[in-house]
Parts: sequence; structure tokens; C-alpha cells
Amino acid sequence: MKPRTRRIGWIVAGLALLGVATALVLNAFRSNLVFFFTPTQVAAHEAPQGRAFRIGGLVEAGSLTREPNSLTVHFRVTDTAQTIAVSYTGLLPDLFKEGKGVVAQGTLAGDGTFHATEVLAKHDENYMPPAAADAVKQAHEAMSTRTLATTRGAHP
Amino acid sequence: MIPELGNFALILALLVAVAQGTLPLAGAALGEPRLMALARPAARAQFLLVAGAFACLAASFVSNDFSVVNVATNSNSELPLHYRFAATWGSHEGSLLLWSLMLAGWTLAVSIFSRHLPPPLLARVISVMGLVSVGFLAFLLFTSNPFERLVPAAPEGRDLNPLLQDPGMVIHPPMLYMGYVGFSVAFAFAIAALLGGRLDATWARWSRPWTTVAWAFLTIGIALGSGWAYYTLGWGGWWFWDPVENASFMPWLTGTALIHSLAVTEKRGAFKSWTVLLAIVAFSLSLVGTFLVRSGVLTSVHAFATDPARGVFILVFLAIVIGGSLALFAYRAAKVGFGGGFSMVSRESMLLANNVLLVVAMASVLLGTLYPLFLDALNLGKISVGPPYFDAVFYPLMAPALFLMGVGPVARWTRAPLPELWVRLRWALGVAVAAALVAPFVLGRWSPLISLGLLLAFWIFASTAETLRARLAGSPRRAWIARLRSNSASYYGMLLAHFGLGVFVVGVTLVKGYEIERDVRLEPGQTVNVGDYEFRFVGVVPGPGPNYRALIGTVEVRKDAKLLETLHPEKRMYNASGQTMTIAAIDIGLRGDRYVSLGEPVGAGGADNAAGAWAVRIYLKPFIDWIWGGAFLMALGGFLAVSDRRYRLAIRRRTAAGWTDARGGAPAD
Repeated sequence: MKPRTRRIGWIVAGLALLGVATALVLNAFRSNLVFFFTPTQVAAHEAPQGRAFRIGGLVEAGSLTREPNSLTVHFRVTDTAQTIAVSYTGLLPDLFKEGKGVVAQGTLAGDGTFHATEVLAKHDENYMPPAAADAVKQAHEAMSTRTLATTRGAHP
Repeated sequence: MIPELGNFALILALLVAVAQGTLPLAGAALGEPRLMALARPAARAQFLLVAGAFACLAASFVSNDFSVVNVATNSNSELPLHYRFAATWGSHEGSLLLWSLMLAGWTLAVSIFSRHLPPPLLARVISVMGLVSVGFLAFLLFTSNPFERLVPAAPEGRDLNPLLQDPGMVIHPPMLYMGYVGFSVAFAFAIAALLGGRLDATWARWSRPWTTVAWAFLTIGIALGSGWAYYTLGWGGWWFWDPVENASFMPWLTGTALIHSLAVTEKRGAFKSWTVLLAIVAFSLSLVGTFLVRSGVLTSVHAFATDPARGVFILVFLAIVIGGSLALFAYRAAKVGFGGGFSMVSRESMLLANNVLLVVAMASVLLGTLYPLFLDALNLGKISVGPPYFDAVFYPLMAPALFLMGVGPVARWTRAPLPELWVRLRWALGVAVAAALVAPFVLGRWSPLISLGLLLAFWIFASTAETLRARLAGSPRRAWIARLRSNSASYYGMLLAHFGLGVFVVGVTLVKGYEIERDVRLEPGQTVNVGDYEFRFVGVVPGPGPNYRALIGTVEVRKDAKLLETLHPEKRMYNASGQTMTIAAIDIGLRGDRYVSLGEPVGAGGADNAAGAWAVRIYLKPFIDWIWGGAFLMALGGFLAVSDRRYRLAIRRRTAAGWTDARGGAPAD
């Protein structure tokens, strides 16, 4: 093989490999991105039906209930403006607490309940998942008349 | 007093680093031996000063000096002694100091073990490392001083994050940093070669052992982190494609490409500019990884903006190091050249293809890690890129890489005739195919992915065996021991590392294929069957701990009515922080682990009734320990390769090789 043909061969092989890799990456990206919505956005029907997404906010105080003889729990996630009912079957993370920040991934059912497949609460006691903190912040900016202290107690 | 001494030592270290980073470099440029000769004493002085500062911080932690902010926020007087010591590198500031200490240590090692290098090269290498050190020490002193005082002193510390109170976490960061920082040596060699304009096989031989050692440490560091996640996070996963993990995995992928590319540069004088580029990229990714994890940018992009001093410093430092070295590369690469000619099918071409696959894989991880950060920073919305993306991209890229890994060591340099490859590898292929078809039925269920994984793993085992067989064949029967000895340590290191990767692939394949995860609600005395095993939940009782209160569960594991093991998973409530931790109990076995961890009390009486029913995770993880075993074999292979005699000989023979720089050939020591 002449050096010239060989070089062309290398370039073609390299481009083919890059093309395949790019196709893989773009395809994987398109189908596996998980978008984040706040309870307010979900209430406004901005979230997709039937596709997994994440919600974030605070676990509403007093909203956690447990079904007897199973591992299914129900709780509500609030950004202080709107709340969403969430159901989840499985073990909750150590840092999951009422009044604390939470992020859940799952799908929205027809009745407006969010069926979580995964519940995330992060590693640190003082730390709120950024997505959860943002949801609360956005809701506050939207209705600046209420304060966090009163809204936390506003939903018994 | 001790913190002030530490602070003073750090300031002196910065001054020494400035001298170390400039004077020998100027000496190499001017051909001035006296300036070049400053490199080694400066490296020694810097190590002593940084080690002194580190010792001062460690002493403050050990002696519970809560008048130091860093100690007050990351330690507690109830903390056991070894964790107080480990807390030294538990914080942002402390871990950066550890980074600097490692850098000073690697520089010292270079100045000791490479003292026979040509003086201009040694001067440049140590200078480049000095410049990196300037960046880190300045960052420490100006934005993240670990010795900052708290007035008035706190009566008690806030405690080390309970997740870090674990033996694995004590050694994981030093190992990981040994790897990260170790790539600075390869980087410094690359920059020195670009500056000197001379890069050849001898250069590769000098640079290679350092790179391999760094890679081996990084491998161990990542494996320890993965093992730690498995048993402390309480949900039995070993890799989450979390940004923190990706930050360490990207330098590893690039480093793996680099050690192979260096091999070609050493043996064939080819891939030269590519090798240099990889060395720059590997270290750049180590820096990016350190800062991604340590700057808080992952926690929240906006936290980064709330502390502009740190953020701006980091970005400027990264821009200087990465931009500067890439600019130098662009300016000099043509002079260095790619080097060497080879055919489309040859060992070089396969190593190159593997290199490209590794780098593309690294780029896809980089994209998945940084893209959400960019979107968030630009307020374009919040997204998360989870394991499905990485799985979908990573496995298809790694499968051909693993296949080529079997062919490469068998193929000849320059040109490998396909018929010969076929003859030598057909039985290896046969073994792999047979194993892939039969093993799934022996183990249980068949699935295409299990078969593919086992095919690749056995392909690696069989082709590695064939490589070794070919080396030993053709000698008289009794001479085979002598023949075994005649092969170099680096050759066996390569075989061992490849074998280790095969072991790793077996582990990953079988865990993914056959793991069973059950979350169940169990009353005391109740049993549940998972797989072939019966788990009996005896109950949960309170127990003591040094700085926490524990709830200790008891679970008996039986198979065929025979008691195999009694497991004690724990729930710990830490006194100082009030944080809860789940400690899984694992019955470890070569053929798989039985993993039990406690959720929360779910019986009547709610969360306070520990004596009632509990939510319990019961997992069977077949062959999971092979994942870490494989990683340790890889690292062991790396260390074995470095023990090769020729690296020591290479250094002594430097004059014979005629490796003297045009400007400044005079020996400095």
C-alpha cells in the first residue's frame, strides 16, 4: 500500500469511528435526558405525560403516610406555591425527612399523582438538593408576599 | 502557635515554588548549569515545607484545636483518633493541602530517582512541577487557607461528615490523589520535551514508569471509592456515573490510553505528538476533576458564583495550565512529529484504535458530566444525565476496545498478516465462544448481554494465555523455566493487568446479569427467601458506639436449612451532627455477596418503634468482588511493570544513548 492510500485509509477509519460514536452519543442523549420540573410547572401541565422526569421541593410537613404491611409510602412535595402527591414503594434514603428537601424521579399518572421510581436526598444534613432549593426559590420569586416560615406551616 | 507555623511554612513553600518554577527553567533556556542545579535542592526544600504545613494541620486536628475554622467545622472531640487524623484531608482546604503535599512528594521522587537525567531535562521537569505547585499553594493561601483562625474559638467541633468516618474513606483520597498528582510527572516530562524540542524513545522510557505508577494508584483509588460506595451508601451499587466518580474516571481513561501510547513511543518511536497530547490531557482532566469535586460547582453551579474568588481563581488557573500547554503543543507538535510508519493491521494500528476508543469514551463521559452544568449555568433549564446515557454510550465503545485488547499483544509491530493472526487466535476465539454459550446456562439464565460480556472476558483470558504460550513455545522442554525468567517484568505486568481487566469484566457482567435486589418489610422472627438463600430477621437492638448511637439488626442467612452466616447491619445516629448512617452487613464470597441493610422501622408505633417491623434491603450480588479484585490485579500489573530492570538501566546508560541537549550539556550534580 502506498503511504498516501494508507493515510487516506486511516482518515476514513477515524472518521467512521467518530461518526459512530457521535451517533451513539446523540441518540443516547436524546432518549436519556431527564428534565426537571417544579410542582408549579407540573400543576400548570408543563410536565410530560408518560415520560420520566424529576420533581423537587420540600417534603410537606405531616404529609408522610405509610400503607400497612407494605413498603409503599405517600407524601406531598411542595415548592410552597403548589403541591404534588407522590407515591413510592421502597426504602427511603437516610436523609429523607418531612420539611426537608427532596428530589424524586418518576412519571405522572392520569390522576395527577407522581409515581416515583427513585427518591433522592443528598449526603448532608444542612444541604438541600439544588433542584429542590431552586423550586422553592422560583415559587418565592413568583409570589413574593409570602415568607418561607408561614408557608411551611400553611399546609397542615 | 502551631497553625501559624503551618501558615508560615506554606508561605515559604510558595516562595520556594516560585523559585523552583522559574530559575531552573531559565537555566535550561540559557544553558546556565548553576541555575539548573537549583532544581533539586528547591524540590527538597519545598517538600519539607509543605510536609511541615501538613503536619501542623494534622496536629491541630489531633489536638482538637477548635480555634482553627477548618478543625471546628470538620472534626469533633468525640471523634476517634484515626478519624481526627483523616479529617485533615476531609475538607476542601485540607484536601488541597494533601494535593500540594503529594505534588511536592512526586517532585522529590523525581529529583531522587531521575538524578541521572540530562540536566536540562531534569531542570525543566522539576520547574514545570514547581509552577503547578505555585498555582495550588497560591490557591490555598489566598482563597482556602486551612489555618484560618476562629475568634472566639468554638467550644466543640461540628464533626466530620459521618460518611467519611470509614476506613475506606481514610485511604481513598490519598490513593486517588497519588494518581491525579502522579500524572503531573508525565505532564511535566511532556512540557519539558516540548520546550527542549527533543522527544524520542529514550524520553518515553524515562517518562513511562512514572506514568504507570500514577495510573496504578489512580486505579486503586477509584476501586476503593467504588467499594466504599458499595458498603456505606447502603444501596449496594458499585458505580453510579455520578459526576464525582466521572471526575476520577476521565483521567483514568486518558491515563490508560497514555500508558499504551507511551509503550509505542518507547518501542517504535511512533505516536510521539499523540503521546504528548495525551499527557497534557490526562493531567488537565486531573485538575478539572479535583476542582469539579472540590469547588462545590457540582453541588450547585450557583454556589460557585457566590464565592467568586475561588471560582475565578480556578478558571484562570485551568485556563493558564490547559490553554498554555495546548498552545505550546500546537506551536511545537510539528517539530516533535508523529513518527513511525505502520500498516493498517499491526500492533501500532490496534493500539492507536484502542487509544481513540478510550479517548472517545472519555469525551462522552465529559459531555454527560459537564452538559447539565452548562445548561444550569446559562439558566437554560435543569436536566440530569443518568446511568442510562452512560450505559448506552460506554458499553458499545468498550466492547470493540476489549476485543482489540485480545488481538494487540499477539499482533506484530509494523505489519501483522491477518492469516497469521487467525491461526494464532482461532482457538482463543473458540474458547471464548464456548464459554459465552455454556456458562450462562450453568449459572442460570441466558441473555445476550451476559453472553457478550463473558465472550469478551474469556477472549481476554484466552488471548492473554496465547501471548504467553507463544513466548514460551519453541524452547526445549526443560528450558522453559529459564525462558519464563528471560521475559521482562514489564511484560508480565502487562499480562497481569490485562488478565485483571478480564476478571473485572466477569464481575461486571455477572453482577449486572444475575443480581437480585429485594426490599422487604420484615417482622422480627419472619423469614424471606431470596435466590437460593433464606434470610431470617431476628430483630433490632440498640448498641453503643464511640461517637454515635447504633441500632443493630440481626439477620441469619441459611442455605438448605444450614446456617451460613449471621449478619449485623446497623443504623447509626451521630451525636454531633445528628446525621443518620446506614451500615450494610455483607457476607462476602468469591461467588458472590449476600448484602443486607436496614431501612427504617415500619411497624405499629411508627419510626420510634425499633423493636417492631423494619424495611430491609436484601441483595444477592454474584461475583461482585471480582470487580474490585480485577481492578487491584490491574494496579498490581502496573507496579510489576515498573519494577522492570530496563528502567533502571535506561537511566544509567543515558550518556551512552547520547542524550545531551544542544544547550547545556554540562552535568549539574
